[in-house]
Amino acid sequence: MNQRQPIYGLMAEFLSAEELLEATTRAAEAGYRELDAYSPFPVEGLAEAVGFPRTRLPVIVFFGGLLGTCTGFFLQWWPNVIGYPQNIGGKPWDSWPAFIPITFELTILFAALSATFGMIVLNRLPSPYHPVFNVERFAHASKDRFFLLIKADDPKFDAEQTRNFLAELNPREVSEVES
Amino acid sequence: MSAREPENVGTLVAPGSEVLGPGHSYGSVTDKISAIVLTRGTGKKYKVGFGIAVLLLLMLNFGITVLLAEGVGIWGINIPVGWGFAITNFVWWIGIGHAGTLISAFLLLMRQKWRTSINRFAEAMTLFAVACAGTFPLLHMGRPWLFYYLLPYPDTMGVWPQFRSPLVWDVFAVSTYATVSLLFWYVGLIPDLATLRDRANKKVKKIIYGVFALGWRGSARHWKRYEMAGLLLAGLATPLVVSVHTVVSFDFTVAIVPGWHSTIFPPYFVAGAIYSGFAMVIALAVPLRKYYGLEDFLTIRHLDNMGKIMLATGMVVAYSYVMETFMAFYSGNKFDIFMIMDRMTGPYALVYWSLIAVNLVIPQLLWSSRIRRNALYLWLLSFSVQAGMWLERYMIIVSSLSRDFIPSSWGMYYPTRWDWMIFIGTIGLFFTLFYLFVRFLPMISIFEMRELVHKTAEEAKS
Repeated sequence: MNQRQPIYGLMAEFLSAEELLEATTRAAEAGYRELDAYSPFPVEGLAEAVGFPRTRLPVIVFFGGLLGTCTGFFLQWWPNVIGYPQNIGGKPWDSWPAFIPITFELTILFAALSATFGMIVLNRLPSPYHPVFNVERFAHASKDRFFLLIKADDPKFDAEQTRNFLAELNPREVSEVES
Repeated sequence: MSAREPENVGTLVAPGSEVLGPGHSYGSVTDKISAIVLTRGTGKKYKVGFGIAVLLLLMLNFGITVLLAEGVGIWGINIPVGWGFAITNFVWWIGIGHAGTLISAFLLLMRQKWRTSINRFAEAMTLFAVACAGTFPLLHMGRPWLFYYLLPYPDTMGVWPQFRSPLVWDVFAVSTYATVSLLFWYVGLIPDLATLRDRANKKVKKIIYGVFALGWRGSARHWKRYEMAGLLLAGLATPLVVSVHTVVSFDFTVAIVPGWHSTIFPPYFVAGAIYSGFAMVIALAVPLRKYYGLEDFLTIRHLDNMGKIMLATGMVVAYSYVMETFMAFYSGNKFDIFMIMDRMTGPYALVYWSLIAVNLVIPQLLWSSRIRRNALYLWLLSFSVQAGMWLERYMIIVSSLSRDFIPSSWGMYYPTRWDWMIFIGTIGLFFTLFYLFVRFLPMISIFEMRELVHKTAEEAKS
């Protein structure tokens, strides 16, 4: 028993979203900081409970959209005014209202790409391997079970005490997560 | 742990509601939807349907091959009617796609619970419809291998696309629409792909679903960003869908052809698009529901709501027909008056009156809740609307172009068998893709159904 591999953390399994939310809140109140909670669908308030109240994603999407607006407009403005100006139907070279539809489309395109890839990159995906997958029961996290993880690098983490603490939260099962 | 309780003790069971059959839990919705992909396999009916779709797809390939070898002269298009079937089909298909985006984006923003079980396959429908739509302008160019002339790139000739033309706007609108629809659809699939990865019984399936699931593990932090991304995409896709069909209508309204040059076109086209799109969603939903026994997820309430949306958008379309006629006379413009009279009594009168019958008169049956709540009647009615919306685009394009300002330049349009072959062929392409989708991906969003179970149970408690 003394030659054990260092573990990634301890994981408790729950039956419902409410139980998980309560357990997470109690773990945070008990002073644990390196927490994560896993659920088969988004649970309101859970991200706040693990200490993640806000995401930067909207800011990224806003600037992505802004970049799209500028790209869209200058993409049309430059050829028409500087690169290759042509008199078409006597319209002014900088006939900006005609450039709005494409400007709009590119705003949406760039913002949507930022939203998708921003979400994926901020989530550090793709990550084909993650220690939590070592727990056999974790396959149920994508079906009907809810998991609370306390990581081993939490300053308050202690294999014995943390296990006892998790057991008090009335879980179905507490398992070790191999790293 | 030795004294493990039986698996299902203590799990939450939802009592059922108008949009969800009774007695479902997280596990039951997951099993039911993922089993269709993982364990059910393909039955005889599936194989027959898929076979027919593939045959039609082969016909499309044949038609396109001959078209590329011979040129667009094998179509019925001519001068004055240069657009014919190709553009009719383009507008029809892209319109069908719009309902999928609207269901997934607009109804999400409106927090409509009944979108949950229809959004996934409606989004797939959007993608496949856009694929069919995109085929036509490309083929209609005559030399599709030069399609990149439409894109702004610094070429050696120093020429740029004509950015003041709606046809170039269309290139941007449709390609943005295709991209955003794909992103939205894929983002929605990620958690479900993880579910399939964890449920898959064969190693190959596990790996393939696993790769596309990106290692999704349902962490609270991930969900937070995920939900934000979904909300932002919905907020972006809603104005996008309106803009796409508006730009499509600009292809017509910016021209001076009588019957095209009208400010009512953008809202009229958008409403028509949603109208035909919901008809297609119903046309797909009713057989899926029956064949896969999904009555608990696709309830009568879903059909009823879709019928209501069809009725509402159909009334907007009907209003537009009335206003089109009224404005022609009110304007006093003799070309506009002639155009309307010609549509009603000229060589294409049959098209006009069939359109009025199938797109305007028959759908009035939707006022009856007995019709809306009867799957079979609603299904049959959806075909009437789809035929009607196709005839509408045909009428707008062909009747206006065939007789414009100078009688000496008038001419008739007759579709050839190649027109029909390629049109029907794209229906084959659509259904081939759809059959594959139903076989390999969850046609209902599993994680959103679990969320629905949770909400339904909570509401029942309070």
